[in-house]
Amino acid sequence: MTALTDLTLTAMQAGLAAREFSAVELTEAHLAAMAEARHLNAYIVETPEIARAQAAAADAALAAGTARPLAGIPLGIKDLFCTEGVQTTAGSNILKGFIPPYESTVSGKLLADGAVMLGKLNMDEFAMGSSNETSAYGKVISPWKASGSTRELVPGGSSGGSAAAVAARIAAGATGTDTGGSIRQPASFVGIAGIKPTYGRCSRWGVVAFASSLDQAGPMARTVADCAVLLTSMCGYDAKDSTSLNLPVPDFAAGLTGDLRGKRIGVPKEYRLDGMDATIAKLWDQGLEWLKAAGATIVDVSLPHTRYALPVYYIIAPAEASSNLARYDGVRYGLRVTPPGGNLADMYAATRAAGFGKEVQRRIMIGTYVLSAGFYDAYYTQAQKVRTLIARDFEQAWERCDLLLTPTAPSAAFAFGDKADPLAMYLNDVFTVPASLAGLPAMSVPAGLSADGLPLGLQIIGRPLDEAGVLDAGLAIERAAGFTARP
Amino acid sequence: MSVDDATVRKIARLARIAVDDAQLPVLAGELNGILGWIEQLGEVDTKGVAPMTAVIPNHLAWRSDVVTDGDVQTRVLANAPDATSGFFAVPKVIE
Repeated sequence: MTALTDLTLTAMQAGLAAREFSAVELTEAHLAAMAEARHLNAYIVETPEIARAQAAAADAALAAGTARPLAGIPLGIKDLFCTEGVQTTAGSNILKGFIPPYESTVSGKLLADGAVMLGKLNMDEFAMGSSNETSAYGKVISPWKASGSTRELVPGGSSGGSAAAVAARIAAGATGTDTGGSIRQPASFVGIAGIKPTYGRCSRWGVVAFASSLDQAGPMARTVADCAVLLTSMCGYDAKDSTSLNLPVPDFAAGLTGDLRGKRIGVPKEYRLDGMDATIAKLWDQGLEWLKAAGATIVDVSLPHTRYALPVYYIIAPAEASSNLARYDGVRYGLRVTPPGGNLADMYAATRAAGFGKEVQRRIMIGTYVLSAGFYDAYYTQAQKVRTLIARDFEQAWERCDLLLTPTAPSAAFAFGDKADPLAMYLNDVFTVPASLAGLPAMSVPAGLSADGLPLGLQIIGRPLDEAGVLDAGLAIERAAGFTARP
Repeated sequence: MSVDDATVRKIARLARIAVDDAQLPVLAGELNGILGWIEQLGEVDTKGVAPMTAVIPNHLAWRSDVVTDGDVQTRVLANAPDATSGFFAVPKVIE
């Protein structure tokens, strides 16, 4: 018999509905697997008591016929989401011990739909990182190893705990957040699916803010259908987020067909980088063949400002972060460090020096500099203008195609310490950042393996609000790729 | 444009992050590496281009100007490092 933890989320839904197993059994199987996999450091906090109570409630609802769609489904919640009564740190020392008195809208919607919370998932500090090496709670280790190697690999970031947990079967699915690729790149690194919806689809209320014009929550799970189920629950208008879109949310799972007849798939030529990894280039071509076989036609398109996306991102994201993170001052919550005889200003400075890690401090300072008097127009205003041009590139591409297919990341997962230079680390997000800057829905789907047996993802980017189209193309790739490799 | 130690000290003060003098040259090197890279944006012709304000067209929703929450003083103060007499307490600011 297949272990309960190996089932897909949709298979768990079917098994629970048919009473083949109980929600309590499903949760216990996950809690036992979590105990076996603690060396991965995927969870910062495990919440077994909460999970058991929620599973028992799910069983009661299933028996009474009042079960909600996610009744009894065990999920991990990224530690960026405030969870009422459960420590939320954003992977930072400055929030150590912070117990939110409220629940984020997105995690609240999942719980209201019957989900079971297994715990809070580790992440790069304040979601700033692509490898999970910046967490104050220790790095997350990928469950994958390259063939013939014992080196520990990064799970990607910033949603690295979410990625590792789903890949290692210690969560059926997880919440992630994506500011410049933080759902898609880790999903690619560990061989799972993940979707960032259109900016404004998921409420940001109760999600610790990094760069508010880019931050978007989304699901990570082992299949496209699983992502569709979670996304349906997570999306929706919220008056508490001023950028939340007041639009109806389709049932993404019910609408999923994988049928691409009549769809035009764009191939942006600027994404074919010089010196691109040959396996990734080949997989990209293979992906286009798969989409063609599902009924799509392929067209070449150009996104001429692609090469400026990363520098734009590394002005706008730190600028917004420097403003958002000003709230961590040692007064209302979190860490406080007061030097002997120090005044209020000394307390602020000492608290922030002790509470923020190196990468976060670096980004706050970059953001402070680009927003400072005399430099604002040269850096920040210019970046927002180029951002307009990047968004315009996509708008022009949509005149010729319906979806775009690209690789998710320029490489497979790397080893810890391999990208010690901040710039080398930033370049890892080269394919994911442009869609973030334009607010577009985008997903990564596992499509193949590198020469040394590590997962590689392909990215589908869609028009604003066309999550359904993105998911359909994702399903077509998933079916054709038949990706069955596991750590 | 590159930053020197004095500029880094000024940025750190604006950002309210305590930095040891010994760390200033290290930080200046790191920041210059990043700033040198992002300066390539200067070469893009943005004449007549409006800065991005919203990625997805949306209008700000109105709501009634009424109190929707309150009477949660203990919950608001629950996470404070130092709460005294129903207030957030901070080091003395007036001599």
